[in-house]
Amino acid sequence: MLEIEIDGKKLTVPSGSTVMDAANSIGVHIPHFCYHKKLSIAANCRMCLVQVEKAPKPLPACATPVTDGMKVFTHSDQAVTAQKGVMEFLLINHPLDCPICDQGGECQLQDLAVGYGQSGSRYQEEKRVVANKDLGPLISTDMTRCIHCSRCVRFTEEIAGYQELGMANRGEFTEVLPFIGKTVNSEISGNVIDLCPVGALTSKPFRYSARTWELSRRKSVSPHDGLGSNLVVQVKNHKVMRVLPLENEAINECWLADRDRFSYEALNSEERITKPMIKQGGVWQEADWQTALEFVANGLKGVIAEHGRESVAAVATPHSTVEELFLLRKLMSGLGVNAVETRLRAADFALKTAGATWLGQSIAELAASDAVVVIGSTLRKEQPLLAQRLRQSVKKGLKLAAINPHGDDLLTAKAAELVVRPDQLVEGVLQVLKAVAEAKGIALPANVDFGSIDIPAEARAVAAVLDGKEKTAILLGNIAQQHPRYGEIYAAATAIAEATGAKLGVLGEAANTVGAQLVGAETGGDVFAKPRQAYFMLNAEAEFDVQNGAQALAAVKQAKLVVALSSFSSCALEHADVILPVSPFSETSGTFVNMEGRAQSFNGVVRPLGETRPAWKVLRVLGNLLGFAGFDYASSEEIRDEALAGDIAPRLSNALAAPVAVKAQSASGLVRLGEVSIYQADIYSRRAPSLQKTADAANATLLKANAATLAKLGLAAGELARVEQAGGTAELQVALDAGLLDDVIRVSANHPLTRALAAHVGAIAVAKA
Amino acid sequence: MLSQESLALIDRELAKYPADQRRSAIMGALRIAQTEKRYLTNELIEFVASYVRIPPVAAYEVATFYNMYDRKPVGKYKLTVCTNLPCALSGGYTTADYLKQKLGIGFGETTADGRFTLAEGECMGACGYAPVMLVNNHSMCNHMTPDAIDKKLAELE
Repeated sequence: MLEIEIDGKKLTVPSGSTVMDAANSIGVHIPHFCYHKKLSIAANCRMCLVQVEKAPKPLPACATPVTDGMKVFTHSDQAVTAQKGVMEFLLINHPLDCPICDQGGECQLQDLAVGYGQSGSRYQEEKRVVANKDLGPLISTDMTRCIHCSRCVRFTEEIAGYQELGMANRGEFTEVLPFIGKTVNSEISGNVIDLCPVGALTSKPFRYSARTWELSRRKSVSPHDGLGSNLVVQVKNHKVMRVLPLENEAINECWLADRDRFSYEALNSEERITKPMIKQGGVWQEADWQTALEFVANGLKGVIAEHGRESVAAVATPHSTVEELFLLRKLMSGLGVNAVETRLRAADFALKTAGATWLGQSIAELAASDAVVVIGSTLRKEQPLLAQRLRQSVKKGLKLAAINPHGDDLLTAKAAELVVRPDQLVEGVLQVLKAVAEAKGIALPANVDFGSIDIPAEARAVAAVLDGKEKTAILLGNIAQQHPRYGEIYAAATAIAEATGAKLGVLGEAANTVGAQLVGAETGGDVFAKPRQAYFMLNAEAEFDVQNGAQALAAVKQAKLVVALSSFSSCALEHADVILPVSPFSETSGTFVNMEGRAQSFNGVVRPLGETRPAWKVLRVLGNLLGFAGFDYASSEEIRDEALAGDIAPRLSNALAAPVAVKAQSASGLVRLGEVSIYQADIYSRRAPSLQKTADAANATLLKANAATLAKLGLAAGELARVEQAGGTAELQVALDAGLLDDVIRVSANHPLTRALAAHVGAIAVAKA
Repeated sequence: MLSQESLALIDRELAKYPADQRRSAIMGALRIAQTEKRYLTNELIEFVASYVRIPPVAAYEVATFYNMYDRKPVGKYKLTVCTNLPCALSGGYTTADYLKQKLGIGFGETTADGRFTLAEGECMGACGYAPVMLVNNHSMCNHMTPDAIDKKLAELE
């Protein structure tokens, strides 16, 4: 510990602290631009110059380590003169366009210029002008405003993991730019907008639409991935104008993924439905709520009377709130219907665990691990901010390994990687299990039939990553969870975890995957395999939210009654009989339980659009209409307290309820690797125009295979290919993906172009179109 | 995009640094690429970056920062005259003016026959031998009086 005195206040700080850290710890503000607590120290803006006793010149607080007995003056004459001098330099080339700048009102340069700037400038010469850059559909540029703090450059390199921006040229001619012809394609790129202390990088979708002082700020929780990022939703005239991060060190730190940040565009989309609609004689007609709800109640009663309880299934996406899912379950059990399912993207429903599957530890604990093995996950696209966190941990010594059906770059060092065919993911895990058992000299688990599995060097390397470390974890991603042999993958991963002492974790696919399990909304299994007479669909779209979209679509099309509760009219126009407009996350109160088992409740940030109603109210009134007891909730909090009564922690468990038989199989022939692409995963991002213009969205339209497979199929990159799977076809442009094994065809799933295809992993035929 | 010889030289540069600090070799790698191809196109910068395994913009930063990297075509001989203070005091500008007049070009220009490019350089760390001139970035010529220039140009013919 070191003693330091700042502006006369004495304090002790840990050795290695900078003057900036010390000042922040006692709430003394030192003006700065380039300094950011999550980024490396650049000390290039010079705004944080402070006076240090016995130092001949002012020193930058962000880059000056504290020494014992140091006396710092942050607002002395010398410090303020230095800061004012720096400000004068910074303003030399900065345009005076605050009235038309989107950053106006929330600009650090503007704020500090009030404190340190002069009313006039001594600079008479011409100001420099810098050409704007195309950084893609999310980030708008006004590069003349740039003060070269280099925060955005350091962000892409250090946090996003790949330097997409750089500082070219030098001196007067320095410019921040991407490489010629490139854009910024990171899945967390939007954070540079927050980082930019001036108006050089601003939000493209938000541009010129509101001023910061016109917006009210309301807290919310991201409805996308399993992390549950905290949001500040900014609202004007009952409309969501933009979304910014709410700092929460335990979850999203100060970042947001682009999906969290820009999907709000869907909330104001033309596709929003504002009145209940009933299809009569094949024609959609608007109805009032009473009529529509009676139609639903009578329709459900009618189907059950005629075809029995087994003929009805309720499906909801795991992006629905705890309250919605709890009431859905309660409503269905009132009707005697048992089939309520949220694992819509799963293909294997047999797995039974002792509790709700979760991360197995907190996100912060995971980040402090010594080694992590990821199984079946395109981590950066599935959980962008978790990938970011692990990237930072790798810098601190965490060893990261993967068992994956692809070789996607995690933009960080991988200590080991085993790439397998998508239909051989179980065998890949078994190879590692066998390597672990061999290395440790323990017996192979009895419930596993290893067949003739031998151990490749890569599997040994993955096993070695877990060896001899104290805190280790094995994570199952979306590809694993949506795999047709998920149960076997889970059992094999459990065996590795038991043998190595690692914690097994499941990366919740959606915002409320854990919450859905806690309220028991997973009793249906594959409700589309055997078509039912009636489907009750909450936020779910048959072709986009269900693993085998084509099969689900066929099932709902033949059903007598399809009730769709959705925020968007386009969800089910073709096959539904009634669409009830329910509120998106921004217009309802609710709770999401994230992957670490943390329940986060939020309020509606704007009033429901038109006659839209929160789904929990719709379900409650339906319960009343059907005459069920226990549907008298006055608030969503009442429902939550009933749904999540008691502690959550004891109800979380990744332990297998019963042993699962695992049997190694062999596979050959062309096989599909289907994944849901980042901006197709939920109803909001699907309808956010800016996200749909990103490189990731374009990437999802491609068919990918390695060079040998392309050659075998007579295809070349850029050509059009026709794929066929279980009778469904799609035409896709071909691209090379050197990270795949031979005979693997990577085609995104639940995408408008591939909706006719079947299961994510399965045999597929490919030919030139 | 580069010859085997150049790639071998780049490998040698890479071997000088720890395996996890490959980007340290980018200056040498760009120099080797420029020596072979005379100047650095964006495509060449991207190629070198991918060979060194760093993002292309990181190589672009380096290539645009240092003025000994040429990003536009240059003549067969690039003559760089130092005009920093010690050289300027010892006749650096006289040297430059003599070259300008003799070649009929200004700084940053190339003769019509594509033989010579004239560039203004920064201190080359040889002030004791002022005025100094650099030929093709690699060979240093000392005491470049007009006589010496005539002699040197004759050698380069």
